[in-house]
Amino acid sequence: MKTNHQGHEGTRGKLRATWRLATLALAFAVAVLGSAAPAQAKKLNVVTATTDMAALAQEVGGEKISVESIAKGYQDPHFVEAKPSFLLKLRQADLLITVGLQLEIGWLPPLITQSGNPRIQVGANGYLDASQFAEILEIPTGTVTRAMGDVHPLGNPHYWLDPDNGRRIAKGIAGKLGELDPSDAAYFQERFQDFDKRLTAAEQKWDAEMKPYRGRKVVTYHNSLPNFAKHFGLNVIGYVEPRPGIPPTPSHTIELIGLMKRENCKIILVEPYFDLKTPNSIAAQTGGKVVVYLPSVGGEKDVTDYFKLFDYDINLLMKAFQATQ
Amino acid sequence: MRNLVFIASATILCALSVSAQQTSGTQSTGQDAATMEQRIKDLEERIITLEGQVRMLKSAPPAPPAASTPAPPVTAGQAPAPAAAEAQQIQGAPSGAVTQTQVYGGAGGAAAKALNPDISVIGDFIGAAGTGTVPAFAQQSPFPSLQMHESEVGLQAIIDPYARGDFFISFGEEGVDLEEGYITFTALPKGFVAKVGKMRSAFGKVNMMHNHVLPWIDRPLVSTNLAGGEDGIDDAGFSIERIIPAPKGLFLEATGQVFRGDSGTGLQTVFKSWERKDVSTVAHLRTYKDINESTNLDIGLSYARGYNDVGPDFLTNLYGVDATLRWKPLRRSIYHSFVGRSELIWSQRQQLPGEQRAFGMYASADYQFARRWFLGGRFDRSERSQLANLTDHGGSVVLTYWPSEFSQIRGQYRFTRFAENKDTNELLMQVIFSLGAHGAHPF
Repeated sequence: MKTNHQGHEGTRGKLRATWRLATLALAFAVAVLGSAAPAQAKKLNVVTATTDMAALAQEVGGEKISVESIAKGYQDPHFVEAKPSFLLKLRQADLLITVGLQLEIGWLPPLITQSGNPRIQVGANGYLDASQFAEILEIPTGTVTRAMGDVHPLGNPHYWLDPDNGRRIAKGIAGKLGELDPSDAAYFQERFQDFDKRLTAAEQKWDAEMKPYRGRKVVTYHNSLPNFAKHFGLNVIGYVEPRPGIPPTPSHTIELIGLMKRENCKIILVEPYFDLKTPNSIAAQTGGKVVVYLPSVGGEKDVTDYFKLFDYDINLLMKAFQATQ
Repeated sequence: MRNLVFIASATILCALSVSAQQTSGTQSTGQDAATMEQRIKDLEERIITLEGQVRMLKSAPPAPPAASTPAPPVTAGQAPAPAAAEAQQIQGAPSGAVTQTQVYGGAGGAAAKALNPDISVIGDFIGAAGTGTVPAFAQQSPFPSLQMHESEVGLQAIIDPYARGDFFISFGEEGVDLEEGYITFTALPKGFVAKVGKMRSAFGKVNMMHNHVLPWIDRPLVSTNLAGGEDGIDDAGFSIERIIPAPKGLFLEATGQVFRGDSGTGLQTVFKSWERKDVSTVAHLRTYKDINESTNLDIGLSYARGYNDVGPDFLTNLYGVDATLRWKPLRRSIYHSFVGRSELIWSQRQQLPGEQRAFGMYASADYQFARRWFLGGRFDRSERSQLANLTDHGGSVVLTYWPSEFSQIRGQYRFTRFAENKDTNELLMQVIFSLGAHGAHPF
């Protein structure tokens, strides 16, 4: 009786299992066959980690590339969710441009691994770490520990807010695009030359606009302005965060208020993704002004390219400096 | 590496002094000053370029076999810098030197260290209070009063241009277990991604998660009753996954896995391999859609099949459905988020005298109400795999505080009503802390 039952169950189970396996195999076959190899369009498919890299790639790539950024300009680039929808972009990409210096360490590596795209794997020809072209500041010397907060051991990754770095990155991207698409290499170089000219002209204007405010003291929320400050001669005297990535604490806020009063610093620069409660209360107690500046292209709707980003921020800063003179 | 930096700096210094001498020798006209400024600028650019190259070399993944063979064929995908040939040469030199004069005991210098895998340790401490006993045949096992529940060591690195490796070794207070250890082939043709080694199988959501990424201290009743408990379906084998093209921005991914066929222990045994042919299989189909930039929906179908611990010829089939709704407003992504999740699992277990068909599920919600605070709840209901007429129920409330990204303190009140009509009320406390560079987990 028992054997019968068992045997019956066993056969039924095996039949069912076979059927299921067959269905599974079929499903896979359909999946594989259904996906013809991605059509190699003429345009290079560029995906960037952030909008700034996308903007610079667009400048030199022109109509020969299609470019898309994973992070939005108004999003904290340290904390992007590794959504599967990004994989759809990455699996088709010919080139992935990252900011590097571990800015994207929390979300980009699994996306690259899962993309199933050999072209953009770390070290492959279609993987470009833009930090290699730029002047990097605040590279820690000596031991780095997490007691310092979320310190980037390779240097400060917010390097794109210096027009000179923008030029260097664009040049690097133009070189890489030419390497991937040699027939258009001259086109990319031409576009870079043009970008360089326009940037130099814009830089002269920005430098002139900021000249009266060289040496002015500011406080920023996160330490994301060293390159901008260096270029335009601003003096960043403190941060709202007690350590990078650590939210404000009451004791640090009190210290910061004291420091700002002593140093007569009136400007608090805040990235658009941070809460304004603490900066506002600091401003109220120091008679200062909170300025929500944009660290990235696309932070506001009409800030659509690298030039507009500086126009926007410099305009904001000039107004703020004038108002707090 | 240091030599390179030294040579670069020396060259630049020489160039600077030469240009300084030249200008001092002549009348310092405006034109000269401009030329000199331009020169300094050019040199600055060169320093920045060199610094960038040095950084890239320091953080470069291991070079492909090229270093050991003279005059390697320069394949397209090896040099990160645009000055590919130059970088290639430089890269070849130090790695060759390292293999020749290998020094042990941390004296290998920065270049050797740079190739070490990312090492991390995650500590998981759990304390429990309240009812400490469960009915004899319950599959849930109680936590002791104080326990260093797990110390998970992670070793992760890119192996070569074609693969990466991940090891997660889990130390209990006594035993050691290889939680996962696998190679992922990332450069396969046609968009396939393959893994070989021991891994948590792709059956549903919770089964894939390591303890420290769970939104709770424990695992849901359905996991303990039907799907292998804490270790889950975690076995040696191989896995192949691929994104399937789908219309309208829909993400579709299929995963197929074959394992030896051993998962779970004791009352929580799911699969047991009696012979070599008794492999278990797992299949998973995942669909994902962005509803808008803040909200997305993730739905999965899972199937697992293998032999169980009753004897050879006794099969267990598991079917699963999982759904996750996530919300995270991008402009305030570090302050607020919501995750609602549910998994339903059906188990068909052949045993004596007849097949047991059991069903279980959980539904949970977690809301981040401040940058460091999360509040969540979970409802549990599950029949038992071996006695499907017995149903356990449960519920939990969880509060989590994150001092930083690298540590977390959590409290959970857990109520369980076992089928034997026994209730337990427990208060669980957990501290998780992370050392070193632990790679990000898949979404």
